[in-house]
Amino acid sequence: MRFVDEFREPELISKTAEEIRRLAGDRHYRMMEVCGGHTHAIYRFGLKDILPENIELIHGPGCPVCVLPMGRIDDGLSIAQDRNVIFAAFGDMMRVPGTLGSPLEHKARGMDVRIVYSPSDALKLARLNPDRHVLFFAIGFETTAPSTALTMMRAKAEGIHNFSVFCNHVTIIPAIRAILDSPDMRLDAFIGPGHVSTVIGCRPYEWIAKNERKPIVVSGFEPLDMLQSIVMLLRQLNAGEAKVENQYKRVVPWEGNLAALKAMAEVFQLRPYFEWRGLGFISQSALSINDKYAEFDAERRFSVPGIRVTDPMAAQCGEVLKGVLKPHQCKLFGRECTPEHPIGALMVSSEGSCAAYHNYEHRKAAMVSLSSIA
Amino acid sequence: MAHGAGGKASRKLIEGLFAPLLFGAEPGPLGDAAHVDMNGTKVAITTDAFVVKPLSFPGGSIGELAVNGTVNDLAVSGAKAEAMVVSYVLEAGTPTPVLEAAIRAMAKAARDAGVRIVAGDTKVVEHGKADQMYITTTGIGRLLPGVSLDPRSVQVGDKILLSGPIGDHGITILLARGELDFEADLRSDTRSVLPLVEALIRAAGPGIRWMRDPTRGGAATSLNELARDCGLGMVLFEDQIPVRDTVRGACELLGLDPLHIANEGQFLAVVSPEYADAAINALSLAPGGSEAQVIGEVREQPAGAVLVTTLYGGSRIVDMLVGDPLPRIC
Repeated sequence: MRFVDEFREPELISKTAEEIRRLAGDRHYRMMEVCGGHTHAIYRFGLKDILPENIELIHGPGCPVCVLPMGRIDDGLSIAQDRNVIFAAFGDMMRVPGTLGSPLEHKARGMDVRIVYSPSDALKLARLNPDRHVLFFAIGFETTAPSTALTMMRAKAEGIHNFSVFCNHVTIIPAIRAILDSPDMRLDAFIGPGHVSTVIGCRPYEWIAKNERKPIVVSGFEPLDMLQSIVMLLRQLNAGEAKVENQYKRVVPWEGNLAALKAMAEVFQLRPYFEWRGLGFISQSALSINDKYAEFDAERRFSVPGIRVTDPMAAQCGEVLKGVLKPHQCKLFGRECTPEHPIGALMVSSEGSCAAYHNYEHRKAAMVSLSSIA
Repeated sequence: MAHGAGGKASRKLIEGLFAPLLFGAEPGPLGDAAHVDMNGTKVAITTDAFVVKPLSFPGGSIGELAVNGTVNDLAVSGAKAEAMVVSYVLEAGTPTPVLEAAIRAMAKAARDAGVRIVAGDTKVVEHGKADQMYITTTGIGRLLPGVSLDPRSVQVGDKILLSGPIGDHGITILLARGELDFEADLRSDTRSVLPLVEALIRAAGPGIRWMRDPTRGGAATSLNELARDCGLGMVLFEDQIPVRDTVRGACELLGLDPLHIANEGQFLAVVSPEYADAAINALSLAPGGSEAQVIGEVREQPAGAVLVTTLYGGSRIVDMLVGDPLPRIC
């Protein structure tokens, strides 16, 4: 398969892994992959088996489903409860638990919940069901925000009134800043998010290099992409440099996607603050819909309870999200909290570090520790 | 809803509620069909309910699925389907041509598979209480000589065989629902696997330890069940697993694993190593078996789990499917 197999070529991969081993020597490196897509790829391709042990990968906050506070899920579902409303969301959202269950559980109890593959599919539902209201539960970083914006622009142009958006779009830079400001965080470098950067470009990361003196390499998602990015980071670190570099040039333009940024600016405004699961309130870290598009803003159109729901006390999602704890070090991991019965959102999305670790890794770890005893 | 998706929750429901109440506390490993002794004659019997949306899709319809599903459950338990009874639950208002198409498809599939449909029943429920139609088929079959299957007979060193490319059916259904704005030249793989199973038994009968048709939940779920039942590890070689490019492409786009996608015309077999070559030769020569492959082997570790290894030295544990496969977008 073109554009995929080239980046999984065994010989190149083992050469690159060899180069990593040579560059890493015996120093310990802590690198954070910001994006949940990278976390998923690391487990899916078993990259930990290829990397030397002194390269420690810390999973970052870049999984939109994982950082969404439970109260927002409750709020979104409350709009569709007992109303003539179709609740539309990405598949990613479907198993995320609210206080009264996930969207899928609400569907089983009779709510009209639909999986859509893009916001424009939700708008299509509105066109096909003119006598009902379609609520699109929008999530995602700058990756998906432009398509939500374009969909609202189209809805306005077409004069569609039975459509609204419950907006949970967040922005990546304030989250990285919050991670860096966290006192218990020691990181050497960042693997930069690939998909987000197709929209925002590489410039917004320059402060990380300049002010925080941490290298960052924007990376693709194939095994070879990620290994090359690690090579680039090691070269910088060994040379005492801190630069923004772009490994994912085949997709990410340095300046980003201006048309997408323009669409976002047309529709969204920055929220003064927004709650992130595990990280708390972060100022100017999320988007809301501006006055011009107010008619499509579900938060203005419907009364939303807006109740804050605290995470279960015992769950240590915050520590895992910040990379302070590894997934299996959480008190609930694999016992009370499993992919079938997730307590924290990190266990829900396959991009969440807990679910990825649970699905692909933890029994392997158990197996290794068993064989080392024997 | 996850309890119906064929993965972990389905298994829990069966082991936690149905099996203890219906078969007593120790039902043993759960197979695709039961073998029953009737006055000294052993027969195999199985039943399956079919719920699919849309009712017809490229490569087949609910009618073929209902026949082939039951024929295949019998085949992989080492039996040839002889007779079948069917029952239809129909939603009031289902257009006659839709029903007729399903019945015609069923009749043709039965002829192709060499099974007689000998009795049936219909019920009609109110409009809105069923997705046009649900079909249940129950099949009875004659045990094929020369093979004895038991997951507990699986041993370290045994080879894991797959009859052909995986994921065709599940991805075809996903695309046929029309919710995705992409199209692919892909058809459901629904077919009777009996001819392939017979060819395999003729060539390698004494070496066959276990067979299963990986329907809902995909190959990963079937192999996880086997791993649990025999307490050994199933190690798969990713580059040896046949997957069509269209299926791989769709899975890459949607963040799905082909090993979790449903199949309706493939089967997995575990064969002792000395019979592996004969088994693959026989399958490859049989009609529809040219893409059969050895995809892995049984090892001591990871005990009770499935491990997929890649050419470049990475590996991952692949669990049973949890709920339905959900696409990842954001």
